[in-house]
Amino acid sequence: MKSVKTASSGKVLNTNLKKNDVEIISSSGMDFSQDKRSGSFLQSDNKIEFMNTLYDGLDIIDMETALKKIPEAKKYYARAFKELKRDFPKGTKGGYFIRVKKGTVLKLPIQACLFLKQKAFKQKVHNLIIIEEGAKVYLITGCSASKSAFHAHHLGISEFFVKKGAYLNFTMIHSWKEDTFVKPMSIAIVEEDATFISNYISLKPVKEVQMYPTAVLKGKSARASFNSLILSHPGSVQDIGSRVIFKAKNTQAEVISRAISLGGKVIARGHLKSEVPQVKAHLECRGLILSEKGTIHAIPEMESDYRDVNMSHEAAIGKINKEEIEYLCSRGFTRNQAQSIIVRGFMDVDVLGLPQELKQGIEDLENKTLQSSF
Amino acid sequence: MFFEIKDLTVEVEGKTILRDINLSIDKDEVMVLFGPNGSGKTTLLRAIMGFAGYKVIQGEIIFEGERINNLTIDERARLGLGIIYQHPASIRGVKLHQIASFLTKDDSKIKDLSQRLSLSKHLDRDLNQGFSGGEMKRSELFQIILQDSKFLCLDEPESGVDIENISIMGKVLGEYITKLKKSALVITHTGYILDYINAQKGCVMIDGKLWCVGNPRHMFEKIKELGYEKCKDCLIRKST
Repeated sequence: MKSVKTASSGKVLNTNLKKNDVEIISSSGMDFSQDKRSGSFLQSDNKIEFMNTLYDGLDIIDMETALKKIPEAKKYYARAFKELKRDFPKGTKGGYFIRVKKGTVLKLPIQACLFLKQKAFKQKVHNLIIIEEGAKVYLITGCSASKSAFHAHHLGISEFFVKKGAYLNFTMIHSWKEDTFVKPMSIAIVEEDATFISNYISLKPVKEVQMYPTAVLKGKSARASFNSLILSHPGSVQDIGSRVIFKAKNTQAEVISRAISLGGKVIARGHLKSEVPQVKAHLECRGLILSEKGTIHAIPEMESDYRDVNMSHEAAIGKINKEEIEYLCSRGFTRNQAQSIIVRGFMDVDVLGLPQELKQGIEDLENKTLQSSF
Repeated sequence: MFFEIKDLTVEVEGKTILRDINLSIDKDEVMVLFGPNGSGKTTLLRAIMGFAGYKVIQGEIIFEGERINNLTIDERARLGLGIIYQHPASIRGVKLHQIASFLTKDDSKIKDLSQRLSLSKHLDRDLNQGFSGGEMKRSELFQIILQDSKFLCLDEPESGVDIENISIMGKVLGEYITKLKKSALVITHTGYILDYINAQKGCVMIDGKLWCVGNPRHMFEKIKELGYEKCKDCLIRKST
């Protein structure tokens, strides 16, 4: 286990961004003190604000530089898309290259943020994340937009390589604006005995999000888990799915999504595709519609050419169960208190499998958003 | 009178379930409600608590001199009414400790009582999710004691609980009711709970009507011996 701090440890991050913007970025998970982080990356529109690593064994570099200087960056770039014979948009600018070297276990999360600042800016980034053999890491990325970023776009391409026996817990928090267009495209290649966990949290309004991240379980006994917590505001359209492709035996996956519509439209997709026997997978989608105007459309899909698979799904959509409200009322909660505690419980961050400090941050964020939404 | 029901008629989904119910319970008094399945016992408790769909067509429910017919469930709970459910709701993501902390600010009370009821490990679990029958009932008892209501509606507190746990629950419940002089209306099928709580009154409900009031232990013996069919013209009724 290698996790030695370098001389730059404890360094507070400096940026020329305005106070308002720093607050927005902080509220989507960026800790500028870096007290409880292993390293940081911040890109605002096309500009790299900072990149910083506090540990040996961890590289954090902007994509252009990485492609010039680091052979692995070139080697792995576009490889995930080739694996699935898929095309991807070119002409990106920036994005991060993160590599955690073989055997490195980082207890503190790495943080990254892609920020939109200018009016109508079209940010287009390509990220590459390589977790080498036996390494273990938490990565939290916050994506947010400045108040001035009217009608801005974000296109984020991400490729993840989780090598043999490695562990990646990737948490993405979207805190956009009611007029932002967002299209992330990501593929994770998960090798033997490796684990890829992808958490997605979206609590703020957004114009339109379309994403269908895919994990490819390529090595035997690989595991993937996708967890999404989505709060959909009036005017938002969120088409959000998770796909797992099983290419090796003894692999496992779980896809869980929880969506609450306050008037927005959520399409919750899920797709499990087994190309081999002996896989185990479960898909779960729960939706709460709290406004007459809200829409939730759950589309779970499962495919297999083999009998020897164990795949299941459950989906449930509706309003809050009357019995649950009455139960809490009989304990003395008012109707509003009961509704709020049930909604809060529905968006339980315990499903995410996060370390305590990240969990607390996300819980606080949720409490704040939910309190102001009801 | 501490708690009183006068000429109460209750409809559920347009169908009359309870007719002209009259009963009264004093402070520090426990009444046991017997009756066959489907006779309306649970309906009575739910009407007392004010659940939606339990429509009072006529009559009054009076608690500490106040007519509570038109109060909401939470208003009744705050006045001092509490309930143990026969089939409690389970709520995903809402932890037992969240409810406990709402019911009392006294953390040591939560800790002690959860230990006594073997619920320490359940505090961080989602309410009733995957709880066994016995665990649910212990969790119900745990909550109602923390809530510290003045009047307890207990809907089969011992159903689904194994013998060993009935003794744990029974002792905790009996002690609580006796020491703190609580009033209660208790539904029981098995009668086991009678060994632990000092009930002064019993009554039998058949087809939505109360048939008789008397000594609960005596009544229970007779019911066991003769069944509910004989209740309609039983000796106890003639003697009261």
